Amino acid sequence: MARVVVDVMLKPEILDPQGQAVQRALPRLGFEGIADVRQGKRFELEVEGPVDDAALARIHEMAETFLANTVIEDFTVRVEQAGS
Amino acid sequence: MTARVGVVTFPGTLDDRDTQRAVRIAGLEPVPLWHRDKDLHQVDAVVLPGGFSYGDYLRAGAISRFSPVMGTVIEQAKAGMPVLGICNGFQVLTETHLLPGAMLRNNHLHFICRDQKLRVENADTAWTADYEAGQEISVPLKNIDGRYVADERTLDELEAEGRVVFRYLDGNPNGSLRDIAGITNAAGNVVGLMPHPEHAVEPLIGTGRTDGLGFFTSILKKLVTS
Repeated sequence: MARVVVDVMLKPEILDPQGQAVQRALPRLGFEGIADVRQGKRFELEVEGPVDDAALARIHEMAETFLANTVIEDFTVRVEQAGS
Repeated sequence: MTARVGVVTFPGTLDDRDTQRAVRIAGLEPVPLWHRDKDLHQVDAVVLPGGFSYGDYLRAGAISRFSPVMGTVIEQAKAGMPVLGICNGFQVLTETHLLPGAMLRNNHLHFICRDQKLRVENADTAWTADYEAGQEISVPLKNIDGRYVADERTLDELEAEGRVVFRYLDGNPNGSLRDIAGITNAAGNVVGLMPHPEHAVEPLIGTGRTDGLGFFTSILKKLVTS
């Protein structure tokens, strides 16, 4: 089976308080030099059958209508592991 | 004949019983609706109550938006049926795009539970006719995903068309843009807000205020006179 990864991130202009909380914790834990942190979501889809253009188009539609809310989020789709 | 108001229960809904009770106290007939039901059982209006439908997985309201009952609610809302979304119901209404914008985690990341003062900005919607524009009311607020966001153009449009229905007073509890607590669609039949009017309809409960009753008496007046 092939794996397709959908990454969803809040749009740059949307405040991400969860990312900020992580960033504020870093120096406390001794990790210096990180100017900003944004937190997103990663979906790993195990796809049955070939990942052809039609399958990718369906996954794109899935991401656009359901996995991401495009009012506030951007997403990317990529094939991570081609099927045998 | 008494007007019938449907109250939808999704898996994870918490406030359906309180909402049915508020509907009954206002003199309307509450009709429980199940999320898998496509049929709205001849209701005249629908309330999407508060809670955590589908555990808020993915995003608050994202999964319930695709439930069978919502297919019919969206269709009827577009045809003019009054729909009120409270808290999680408001999140569902933004996910359906019946209302613009989106709801995000509170800016301080804490769950908040308190009495919240609001200003009624628009008393011309199906759910606010028993209030007066500028009136200040106090109703409970309880949520963690209550931060209303939309792009600048949408916000300007909402302001220009008078579609901001409620604004937070005495401090913004969650970082909502322009202190927005509730909005309406262009037709004024669909209203969503984060605070909970259904928890403020009886003098013996909570703060003793009944400031939330106006939502349900407004819809009674609307349904009886139309």
